[in-house]
Amino acid sequence: MIFSGIRRGSPALARLVNPRYLPVAVTIGLFLLAYIVAGARYTGIATVQVLCNLLIDNAFIIVSAVGMTFVILSGGIDLSVAAVIAFTSMLSAALLERASLSPAIVIPIVLMVGTTLGAGMGALIQYFKIPPFVATLAGMFLARGACFLISIEAIPITNPWYASVAQFQVPVPGGFVSPNVVVALVVLAVGMVILHYTSFGRTVYAIGGNEQSALLMGLPVARTKVLIYALNGFCSALAGVVYTLYVLSGYGLYANGYELDIISAVVIGGTPLIGGSGFLLGTFFGVLIQGLIQVVITFDGTLNSWWTRIVVGMLTLFFIVMQRWLHAQGQKVE
Amino acid sequence: MRSQKGQRMATISLKPKSSSSSLAWAGLALLLIMVFNLIFTPGFFSLQIRDGHLFGSVIDILTFGAPYMVLAIGMTLVVATGGVDLSVGPVAAIAAAVVTSLIGRATDYSAMPLPMAVLIALGIAALCGLWNGVLIAYLGIQPIIATLILMVAGRGIAQLITKGQIITVYYEPFHFIGGGFLVLPFSLFIVAGVALLASLLVRRTALGLFIEAIGNNASASFYSGVAEKNIKLMVYTISGLCAGIAGVIISSNVRSADANNAGLWYELDAILSVVIGGTPLTGGRFSLLGSLLGALIIQSLTTTIYSFGVAPEVTLVVKAVVVCVVSLLQSEQFRQMVRLGRA
Repeated sequence: MIFSGIRRGSPALARLVNPRYLPVAVTIGLFLLAYIVAGARYTGIATVQVLCNLLIDNAFIIVSAVGMTFVILSGGIDLSVAAVIAFTSMLSAALLERASLSPAIVIPIVLMVGTTLGAGMGALIQYFKIPPFVATLAGMFLARGACFLISIEAIPITNPWYASVAQFQVPVPGGFVSPNVVVALVVLAVGMVILHYTSFGRTVYAIGGNEQSALLMGLPVARTKVLIYALNGFCSALAGVVYTLYVLSGYGLYANGYELDIISAVVIGGTPLIGGSGFLLGTFFGVLIQGLIQVVITFDGTLNSWWTRIVVGMLTLFFIVMQRWLHAQGQKVE
Repeated sequence: MRSQKGQRMATISLKPKSSSSSLAWAGLALLLIMVFNLIFTPGFFSLQIRDGHLFGSVIDILTFGAPYMVLAIGMTLVVATGGVDLSVGPVAAIAAAVVTSLIGRATDYSAMPLPMAVLIALGIAALCGLWNGVLIAYLGIQPIIATLILMVAGRGIAQLITKGQIITVYYEPFHFIGGGFLVLPFSLFIVAGVALLASLLVRRTALGLFIEAIGNNASASFYSGVAEKNIKLMVYTISGLCAGIAGVIISSNVRSADANNAGLWYELDAILSVVIGGTPLTGGRFSLLGSLLGALIIQSLTTTIYSFGVAPEVTLVVKAVVVCVVSLLQSEQFRQMVRLGRA
């Protein structure tokens, strides 16, 4: 809608690349460029296994960022995701180790808890008009606090099923990935199908574009909004399961501050925080870019890891300014 | 008949909420916590005089609450314009990193005169706020995103300044700022000074009116000649400055700067103080006194939980409940539901 103006105004640019796809194209281009430059500069980065490790280390962020993309596409925000990841790890560890439950029971329980928490926050947002920021802030406090109610110490997981899954290697040509990566890629694929091929997905875009219009069009705005936060709660809990398998323990301070990395990954992936446009593929590459920065810093050895935060901040700014510019271009022509 | 009733309710609810009523709520909450402590926490209100100054749980609340109160003052103005500042925690960490590295680790002297070091730290914090303000007012980026950038990058910057170490300061006069006493904790005098300045600024000049106008309707106030951009710039700079003051107080109190943990989750507590104090997150009418009370409520909750020997992290659950209750009380939909239930 915004971009139709650009198409009319500068047909050359429009023919080259549909402006709707421009942010996501920039993200993918930036990742490829960074990967090529890094591969040329540091020997060893341009191997399949490093790429696989990039996926292994960031699998849980991908899962969580998929849910966050739905929330941000609808114009909302969810600050509770990292806290839910930590709570899932804690609850899983407590149920496995202290209550000696089977993983076949534990995993459905934690997924249900995450989904319920998400739906609860969605209900507060939709029915009591509490700003998403405040409602999910409360959710964040609740989930983090609940971790420490279980225990203020870390709980190691010794369950044999968890241990064997954590060590399992899925072979790929030239290397291996963990089962977590498979989960992450499946979530990404399912997310894409939901977003692009269901009426739920179209309603998410419509709400982000203009909630009032979506309401007037007769779309089920209320139901969809609660479902979006429930879906994100589910994704956070699943990310928590993936993370628990990665670290094989539960701890209340896990993923501290990661809500921002997840939100920035979505923004770097080309979804503006006002919602309405963006793609899950962009989010995927947004996560990979952040991961690549960390890999480069590790390979370099002289750079300090705190540069990661600064570079991620600068990249986020770059994408926000680009989106503002595209938006302004569209309005100018109209 | 029924719709008429609904209409009447709507008119009642549209009446502007006076800030005095939300002040009463905040005061009541604080009173409840205090009464609870009076009954269940022995010795909570006992004050002792040791080394010529006062000691006790109440004094603890005031001492540890001081940085929150300063942050809440800056955050109130930001929230009143309809914005939010997520970067106050990292900005506090940056100010702490700057002031401690300028003073240095020597025991008997400071590498730079103390007032100068503090002024430079506050100046850099104000610059951080100015940066947020430019992004928001002149580039038109949403406040939550613009300040998110500094929130993400800020801790990295603080790490660069401290070179990744925790800088410990042994110079005694520095410790006075956040840990000294003039009968009462010295940091309280700083809070009083900031609060006084801020309230003079917003109540004796037109600034307060302009801030509320922007929060109520930014474009309407723009067309009626309010210099919306400059006021936003100013408000975020003040918020940065307040974060800087809080950072200096915190680092002085613990005699060190930890880039990773100084001011961690402070932004959320500051926003919470403002909301509890009755300033709606949508902007408009604000109450500085309410936010100060809000900060005290949060700190009292924390201290109360400490004195029960519960893990301090559990306060988060209590905070979650408080956020929910307060935002439900402020929610028009919730109020209507309660009214319908009664009728």
